[in-house]
Amino acid sequence: MSSQGGWGLSKEFLDLVKSIGEARSKAEEDRIVLHEIEILKRRIIEPEIPKRKMKEFIIRLVYIEMLGHDASFGYIHAVKMTHDDALMLKRTGYLAVTLFLNEDHDLIILIVNTIQKDLKSDNYLMVCAALTAVCKLINEETIPAVLPQVVELLAHQKEAVRKKAIMALHRFHQRSPSSVAHLVSNFRKRLCDNDPGVMGATLCPLFDLITADLSSYKDLVISFVSILKQVAERRLPKTYDYHQMPAPFIQIRLLKVLALLGSGDKHASENMYTVLGDIFRKCDSTSNIGNAVLYECICCVSSIYPNSKLLDAAAEVTSKFLKSESHNLKYMGIDALGRLIKINPDIAEEHQLAVIDCLEDPDDTLKRKTIELLYKMTKSSNVEVIVDRMIGYMISINDNHYKTEIASRCVELAEQFAPSNQWFIQTMNKVFEHAGDLVNIKVAHNLMRLIAEGFGEEDEGADSQLRSSAVESYLHIIGEPKLPSVFLQVICWVLGEYGTADGKFSASYITGKLCDVAEAHSNDDTVKTYAVTAIMKVCAFEIAAGRRIELLPECQSLIDELSASHSTDLQQRAYELQAMLGLDSRAVENIIPLDASCEDIEVNKSMSFLNGYVEKSLENGARPYIPENERSRMLNISSFQSPDQHVPSAHALRFEAYELPKPSVSVRNASVSFASSTDLVPVSEPMYEKEILHLASMSSMSDTRSAELKLRLEGVQKKWGRPTYSTPAPSTSNTNTQKTANGGSQHDGQGTLSSQAHETRDVPHNSRKSQIGVSPEKQKLAASLFGGSASKAEKKASSSTHKTSRVPAVEKPQVATAPQNESLNHPPPDLLDLGEPTISATATTTTSSSMDPFMQLEGLMEQNTGPVSVSKQPDLMALYGDTITTGLSGDTLTSGLSDYFANITQSSMGAPEAAHTTQPSSSKKGPNRHDSLEKDALARQMGVTPSGKNPNLFSDLLG
Amino acid sequence: MIQYVLLISRQGKVRLTKWYSPYSQKERSKIIRELSGVILTRGPKLCNFVDWKGFKVVYKRYASLYFCMCIHQDDNELEVLEIIHHFVEILDRYFGSVCELDLIFNFHKAYYILDELLIAGELQESSKKTIARLIAAQDSLVETAKEEAGSLSNIIAQATK
Repeated sequence: MSSQGGWGLSKEFLDLVKSIGEARSKAEEDRIVLHEIEILKRRIIEPEIPKRKMKEFIIRLVYIEMLGHDASFGYIHAVKMTHDDALMLKRTGYLAVTLFLNEDHDLIILIVNTIQKDLKSDNYLMVCAALTAVCKLINEETIPAVLPQVVELLAHQKEAVRKKAIMALHRFHQRSPSSVAHLVSNFRKRLCDNDPGVMGATLCPLFDLITADLSSYKDLVISFVSILKQVAERRLPKTYDYHQMPAPFIQIRLLKVLALLGSGDKHASENMYTVLGDIFRKCDSTSNIGNAVLYECICCVSSIYPNSKLLDAAAEVTSKFLKSESHNLKYMGIDALGRLIKINPDIAEEHQLAVIDCLEDPDDTLKRKTIELLYKMTKSSNVEVIVDRMIGYMISINDNHYKTEIASRCVELAEQFAPSNQWFIQTMNKVFEHAGDLVNIKVAHNLMRLIAEGFGEEDEGADSQLRSSAVESYLHIIGEPKLPSVFLQVICWVLGEYGTADGKFSASYITGKLCDVAEAHSNDDTVKTYAVTAIMKVCAFEIAAGRRIELLPECQSLIDELSASHSTDLQQRAYELQAMLGLDSRAVENIIPLDASCEDIEVNKSMSFLNGYVEKSLENGARPYIPENERSRMLNISSFQSPDQHVPSAHALRFEAYELPKPSVSVRNASVSFASSTDLVPVSEPMYEKEILHLASMSSMSDTRSAELKLRLEGVQKKWGRPTYSTPAPSTSNTNTQKTANGGSQHDGQGTLSSQAHETRDVPHNSRKSQIGVSPEKQKLAASLFGGSASKAEKKASSSTHKTSRVPAVEKPQVATAPQNESLNHPPPDLLDLGEPTISATATTTTSSSMDPFMQLEGLMEQNTGPVSVSKQPDLMALYGDTITTGLSGDTLTSGLSDYFANITQSSMGAPEAAHTTQPSSSKKGPNRHDSLEKDALARQMGVTPSGKNPNLFSDLLG
Repeated sequence: MIQYVLLISRQGKVRLTKWYSPYSQKERSKIIRELSGVILTRGPKLCNFVDWKGFKVVYKRYASLYFCMCIHQDDNELEVLEIIHHFVEILDRYFGSVCELDLIFNFHKAYYILDELLIAGELQESSKKTIARLIAAQDSLVETAKEEAGSLSNIIAQATK
């Protein structure tokens, strides 16, 4: 222990850590830290502090900062420490500054010089430390200062340096892609690095680059596939193995890259099929890491050009996930299902009960994931159930971030699939009632537009029915307390436009309600504005219809009150209302025409009505009009530009104020003409429309949105048009199943045969688990969710019970016999070049075995012996001794620990050989009685007694 | 990409924090406070994942210590769970059956190890051996054995007499 120097800090500091550890409350902890800050502030500026002492001060600063306090008074000392020549101090300095400073901190400029120097150092550890700092600290402005050296280091002889240089370049690329655009080829080169670590690191930047620009990396598909193949065939050094999996982290990265490259590209995808199939077959689905790789495979398969055999394999893994007891796997299964149904919506059906179980699971994370899945598979037949569920969940949570998201999803689904006007209005009311303040204002504008325009059907009757049902429900809801402001705005607007339209409600009733709203929300100006405008409309319609207006006393007092309002907008509206009341019906009809919100307002773009005036002025000697873009070049005054008119004046400073926030609706609907009009003269269409149309434009512009942006999933069977997938294509993996299933469902039509087979294969598992437990409600829910009628679900359930006995035989199809399509692949270039004798010693020891067909058998042997050796492992016995001496009771060995128990013992078997190459003290792998005694004694010495509040401190993390 | 790494004890005490994206000190405290409120109260059988304001947090409990990593929506949760475990195994190898106390007093060492494992929020090395070798090389240069002889080994010697 002591040889590792872990405790080489002063008594003073250890006391601090100890007292923090003993603090009973956050307040006490804060007090201690503040005291420590006082001490450090005083002592750190003392002259001639020994360097070792200074190092400790810096570490104490790190500690303070870690606990959430401000240690900025000491940053400069950390910076100074990076200038020191001794690596020990320099490393501490770098550690501290990377923890303290964000990339835009002023002090960074003082470190750049040191970094430059260290990057040139002979000592590769120094270079590594500097590169680590580069990744954190170098910002866009300082990139050029270190870039040449970092590029040079890409060819450094030490692989650790090359790897970090790659990561630094990657970081530069993230910060400022243009700064390293010319160096991108380096990443390709490093992909062929001899060291797998460097190759693995290179995949990070390549992933980003490929995301940004797919087409220029298509040529690498073959290379990636061949690397993945080699990795999967265990041709990397043993040290990259992780829990018996060959370099799983590298596999996952490769799969991510392939998923990008194969997306929508049949040719590229075909190259991947074989290796993906291999991984599906070889992957160990009992370990967590194996499942991580399998999940990534599913992601990849669902992203690339579909292949029915791979999709079958993916579906099979998915169903395994869903049936698992582990919540983690269920979660992944739900996610995977969401990906697969995009390609084949039928897959969801076989898992309906599992999905519903997840939906009702007490685990919030799982529930959310399932709701996300439901959102993805919504169609008009199940929208009511799904939206109802979503709203129910939305009401139950407090997390505003998620509430907002789920609310907007509800709105989206309701707009898209609403089965009836009534339902639509009801749903929107619920969403607004419970999440009104969270939803985007444009959602409200959308709703107003929808009510104004209807669903685009020709039938006027339906539209007016929608309106009157909206009016009715709003009048019903309006009295409720605490309605969100946005919702009230919608209500006021709709009541103003359509409150009296169908003659059911009298004008005075509506205005009375509106007055109540304005009164009840006296501190919300926006709502008051909407309310008073609505009153104005209602009155105007009355006057236009030739009826006399008897203004209610409360209405009059409202007008009086608003006329004296601090808000000029409110004031103006109040005066306008008053003035309008005195006009005759013809005038009023022209001012506020009935139901005019949808009418297009003609805009005279050229403003020809001004021509006469302009000509006259020119004759009188006025200067001619200069188009704005020319004007700004000449005069450099652009402050009168409208917010939309950004003239790119290349080098001039811009003095205009910040852009006004644009009304979001118009942003979404910016048509081509909008976009291109920015170069025109300032009096162009968009600006005008925006200024004149006000609300009307809000509601009328985005008409085609919902139709255009959203794919209706209903009836969309296969995205890529593979006619063969849902028909019974007998793949080797599930012919068995289909045969057994056929016995029960032969009477079914040919077309549904395959999906039936899937169902009967999977449903039994659920019914076996909870044959009695599947309540009728659940089945009903399943039926309503998954499109079938109730009777269909019953049929499924009954047919499934017949099969129960046969299931175990079917459960594990023999995938190993699936034929491989080797001929597709060109003989791949051996990118990793592992056969070369020039590579590092670690690599050579394992390459010899790479061709060995017995390798996999060996792996199996290891697995088999693993559990047996548990009882023999001496370290484990020591563990129990250890726990007793430290006063640890059994309950601290949590289930999380025991999950990993088996894994650890397995991996620790391989540890000794690796350990003695590192350092003597760590060669004793696993818990050791002597070690823990020392630790214990030491801790007692420090005063941290294992009894008391922190009994767990002594339990080894890994058990 | 990993946004941040947090080590929190069962009592909610911070043992290690590493931020790969810029967060102000105030935001950091808020995240730690809220996140530990969520994670520490979760039952043992639930998912090891939590939705977190558009991100996801993957956590795992080892003895009394929670290891948390915040990742993007489209990252692979199971993989991150294994990255955590990978980190713990490396710590274990370095400290020799690591316990929370090791990390409390040697948090700076844990930082060095984390820096070899993750860089800029990405996994930079997946070989335990490579990391162990690098850390050992750094230690051997850093250690000036005599300095160590002082305070603690004496204390231990006295305590174990």
